[in-house]
Amino acid sequence: MLAHLAGRLAQAAVASFGVLTIVFFVMRLSGDPTLLLVPEGASAEQVAQLRTALGFDRPLAVQYLAYVGDLARLELGESLVQRAPVAGIVGERIPYTLALAGGALLVALGLGIPAGIVMAVWRGGVLERVLAGFVLAGQSLPTFWSGILLILFFGVYLGWLPTSGADGVAALVMPALALGALTMSTFARMARISVLDELSRDYVTAARARGLSVGAAVFRHVLRNAAIPVVTIAALEIGNLLAGAVIVETVFAWPGIGQLAIQSIQARDFLVVQTIVLFVSSVYIAMNLLADLTYAAIDPRIRVRG
Amino acid sequence: MRGVSPGMAIILLLLVAFCLAALAAPWLAPFDPLRQSLLLRLRPPGTSFAAGTYLLGTDDLGRDLLSRVLHGARASIAIAALSVSVSLLVGTTLGLIAGWFRGWTAVIIMRAVDTMLSIPAILLAVLTVAVLGPSFFNLILVLGLTRWPRYTRVAYAQTLQVATLPYIRAAEMAGAGSGRILWRHILPNIAGPLMVVATSEFGLMILFEAGLSFLGLGIQPPHPSWGSIMSVGRQYVERAWWLTVFPGACLFVLVLCVNLFGDWLRDRVDPRSQGR
Repeated sequence: MLAHLAGRLAQAAVASFGVLTIVFFVMRLSGDPTLLLVPEGASAEQVAQLRTALGFDRPLAVQYLAYVGDLARLELGESLVQRAPVAGIVGERIPYTLALAGGALLVALGLGIPAGIVMAVWRGGVLERVLAGFVLAGQSLPTFWSGILLILFFGVYLGWLPTSGADGVAALVMPALALGALTMSTFARMARISVLDELSRDYVTAARARGLSVGAAVFRHVLRNAAIPVVTIAALEIGNLLAGAVIVETVFAWPGIGQLAIQSIQARDFLVVQTIVLFVSSVYIAMNLLADLTYAAIDPRIRVRG
Repeated sequence: MRGVSPGMAIILLLLVAFCLAALAAPWLAPFDPLRQSLLLRLRPPGTSFAAGTYLLGTDDLGRDLLSRVLHGARASIAIAALSVSVSLLVGTTLGLIAGWFRGWTAVIIMRAVDTMLSIPAILLAVLTVAVLGPSFFNLILVLGLTRWPRYTRVAYAQTLQVATLPYIRAAEMAGAGSGRILWRHILPNIAGPLMVVATSEFGLMILFEAGLSFLGLGIQPPHPSWGSIMSVGRQYVERAWWLTVFPGACLFVLVLCVNLFGDWLRDRVDPRSQGR
């Protein structure tokens, strides 16, 4: 188990380092990173001054080491456009994105898992076909389209829900539904496959032979075992939901980090964009690690092999 | 090859129809997709005027929506096809090299794959396009270069398997070089699974392009793209439903067909996965 843990930690460290490096080079693709950080309308003189102040006139290797050093001390820098620390600018938006991702996860778990179980238990029935249609649609729905359709129907036509903003729980309903659709499909597929796998095992046949109904067998035995892959997928999906929030937040004017990223691009405040990419990637890597470790903790076969 | 089911036949027909519509957009479109008419702003579908009938209505600048949706299909399919080609080429080459030479080469390449897969692709694309500035060429480059790792994973695993087969050893002993073996003997044998990945990636690329354009980072106005039409539609959601419903429906149906085609292809290539 320890070797497994160490291996996974090393992998996560390599990935984090890789992410830092990729972001560093992407920021320099434009030629002059100074231009990505100065407010619009800055004079050539100001730009030159800032280039020296920010150290962009130093050799690339020195810049890279300084950048990694700053990040290691969690010094994220100050936005020159907003004249405020980036950590604060991004930090105050994070709770909104977490609320949105949490809502989407709730939608996905609450609808996807029961749908998957029903599809496995009543395999070949009409209900399975109908649900399979929904799952398939969920996979192909662009979030910005389903989001606007929700706005059209519930916001404009019925007038039940606010069409944008973040006033209370009612405003969270539509963004969470739009964002959760894809994850819901993933959960439904996973739950279906893992319940089907478990249903074909000997212990289920034995339970049935003892006179247990299918429903009782599923509830008493199958779900516990089928939950393992689903739990790990849930951790992975949290990262995807944070990334998907970029578009959904723009559709619903939800004041999270996704909307902030797009607003910052428009304001040419790239330090904020860089921080958001780094933040979401770290969560992504941490969730991957968590998923791996959970998997190993629940399923002893992984530990031995790894 | 087994027969194609009627459902699959419809999907294939739809895919062909989309491609033909995209190719023939300049001839099929009833109007110039860029011609504005301020008298005809936000007219509902079916509005007739001196110049003709606007079947799907008009947008905020009085341009014909049908013509814009047709031209949008062109942009969408072209960008998806080209960026899939870029990532297929890059990803497969790296995967073949890693699987054939193994050792340190493989460790470095596969670590790079892990790293790329731990950055959410859409965010990396947003950042890179924003830094480089949105253009047709940059879009293809960015999408192509952010999405190669899945091909590398598949090509690597498959190459490892195929490389141990006797006929590869035979080719080696007959004096064939690494390049020749990879190109002539290994690639044709691992092409099936790679095509399955490419198909599902094609659907994803269409969604990515539309998403980036929706965010204002894709195809730039006045040129039409489904994503950018819908972002105007979002602004006028209370007055002009047609601006989101039609391009979105095209996007949805196209991606759905591509995904269904991908599932079908996967069952053909790997019969074990059937029904999953």
